[in-house]
Amino acid sequence: MSAGVAAPILEVRGVGKVYGSVIALSGVSTSVGAGEVLCVLGDNGAGKSTLLKILAGVHPHSSGELLLDGRPEHFTGPRQALDAGIATVYQDLAIVALMPVWRNFFLGAELSAGFGPFSRLRVAEMRAITLEELGRMGIDLRDVDQPIGTLSGGERQSVAIARAIYFGARVVILDEPTSALGVKQAGVVLRYVAQARDHGLGVVFVTHNPHHAYPVGDRFLVLNRGASLGEFDKDGIKIDELTRLMAGGAELDSLARELERG
Amino acid sequence: MTALTTPSEAPGAASAPADERLARTHPLVRLLRRPEMGALVAALAIFVYFSVATSAFLSPAGAATWLYSASLFGIMAVAVAMLMIGGEFDLSAGAMTGTTGLLVGAFTTQWGMNLWLAMLLALLIALSVGAFNGFLVVRTGIPSFIVTLGTFFILQGLNLAGTKLVTGQVAIQGMTLVPGFDAGKVIFGSTIPVAGVNLKVSVFWWLGITAVASWILLRTRYGNWIFAIGGQLQSAVQTGVPVKRTRIGLFMGTAAAGWLVGMLSLFDVATVQATTGIGQEFIYIICAVVGGCLLTGGYGSAIGAALGALIYGMILQGIVFAQWDNNWLKAFLGGMLLLAVLVNLSVRRQAGVRA
Ligand SMILES: Nc1ncnc2c1ncn2[C@@H]1O[C@H](COP(=O)(O)OP(=O)(O)OP(=O)(O)O)[C@@H](O)[C@H]1O
Ligand SMILES: [Mg+2]
Repeated sequence: MSAGVAAPILEVRGVGKVYGSVIALSGVSTSVGAGEVLCVLGDNGAGKSTLLKILAGVHPHSSGELLLDGRPEHFTGPRQALDAGIATVYQDLAIVALMPVWRNFFLGAELSAGFGPFSRLRVAEMRAITLEELGRMGIDLRDVDQPIGTLSGGERQSVAIARAIYFGARVVILDEPTSALGVKQAGVVLRYVAQARDHGLGVVFVTHNPHHAYPVGDRFLVLNRGASLGEFDKDGIKIDELTRLMAGGAELDSLARELERG
Repeated sequence: MTALTTPSEAPGAASAPADERLARTHPLVRLLRRPEMGALVAALAIFVYFSVATSAFLSPAGAATWLYSASLFGIMAVAVAMLMIGGEFDLSAGAMTGTTGLLVGAFTTQWGMNLWLAMLLALLIALSVGAFNGFLVVRTGIPSFIVTLGTFFILQGLNLAGTKLVTGQVAIQGMTLVPGFDAGKVIFGSTIPVAGVNLKVSVFWWLGITAVASWILLRTRYGNWIFAIGGQLQSAVQTGVPVKRTRIGLFMGTAAAGWLVGMLSLFDVATVQATTGIGQEFIYIICAVVGGCLLTGGYGSAIGAALGALIYGMILQGIVFAQWDNNWLKAFLGGMLLLAVLVNLSVRRQAGVRA
């Protein structure tokens, strides 16, 4: 119901991205406002991650425009987006395997005390915060000093999510955050998404799973082969329609017939 | 339901101080997992061996000799280790120690420039070369191995051709006559007696630089960034680490270390050979690897590299004291390198890092 009421924090208009000769994304428009969950759905290679990387400032868009609080913006890098309160969980998680969990958690945003070249890391504080934030995700870690590469896939994903939630002051972008998670942890993530929304954050949530998207989403952007198949309000679409749209409708029907024992 | 509503209050979570899944790691085991441990053990063994096998090794004059060797290599190895942790190599680091000394020598003895100005100018030139290396690597993505191989040859050529052109010889001499040389010698070439051993001041530079580098690596944001850049560049970029600045800074760091070592040897002997430093670039890398640095970046320590240099210094002089054929050094060095690489490999596995 509330969809579209909030003034958008982040908006793209006719945005496109070309990698060399590959057109990964073209002419996509969407937005996310405070207290709103935008779900981005689509098949493998549909351009979901590409769209998110534009929103996160990882690479500039090749066409169209990006607006932050209604003003045209050209992010020069992720730092700028992060400083604007936009935090991202990347599909590859953006972690460094050999570094301790807590160093990963605060990477690029380390807490330090002191002045200029003499500033030092506030190690104890960062360890404590990491442990606490992970605990809130339902991950009780043995040791925040262990290399993050030693964690299980789901634990790593949880660290990346906890980090984005901790640092994302205005918008949190999640690229398939539930793909490696157990039922309980996936539930925690969905609850987090809802909680973030209730606290007035904008959430951009990429997933393959309409059953994860539908309960938390306010609006659904469906991408296919780099183009938008349309954006739908929750009132405007049912979950099975969404599923059909994602998979290319008719194909799914025939697949269902094919798989049925006859 | 209760366990789900507030995950942190889930039974067993965070309440028990000891986690049953965590095999207790003895503090000693933890210590042994530090990157520099292998080098420390090796250094002790080599120290004991030469102390027993030769009488000169432990004599005050002998100790001063190998500590001096170790200090010059150590300063470079520490800077090179930081760069390697950041995922890069600098093959021009050795030649740079010659270039900076030659520049100061030429500026002062040939053109009568003020000594301090000449040193400052040489430092600025060194930093520019480092920045150039870094800029090229960051901008083009060409492996630093290739870029710095190029600068290495350029510097080597300039050192030799330039020296001949300016002096007509292959060395610069007469530094002692330059005004201010004695003052410079206090900072870069003096000797400080400690417990009966006349230590060269370079040893203190070495210790100081190792301490500062360790501090930077482990207790500052730059350190975090360096490990991240070398460990997983893409992740560093995505988390907003100022990647370009940091990487260029590391190349400037090895260049600055090259300058320092250039000055330390210049003021020690008051002459500079045009071939100074050439061929030593690999020794710095070997010292860093022996000290626990991974060739692939993202792991290592400054103390380890300093220990690697200590090992090198001890073997270099120990072989002389033991009156062995000098060529054993190379064979020994190669063996150490291979051993260290194997140990480092197992460290990576031991750290349990999954693919
Ligand atoms: N750096 C790149 N260089 C070249 N092509 C790229 C690059 N990144 C993505 N692409 C291409 O752009 C297209 C869209 O990729 P993208 O990662 O956005 O898909 P996606 O929707 O996130 O897929 P998935 O569900 O598998 O994560 C793909 O065809 C991919 O091959
Ligand atoms: Mg993707």
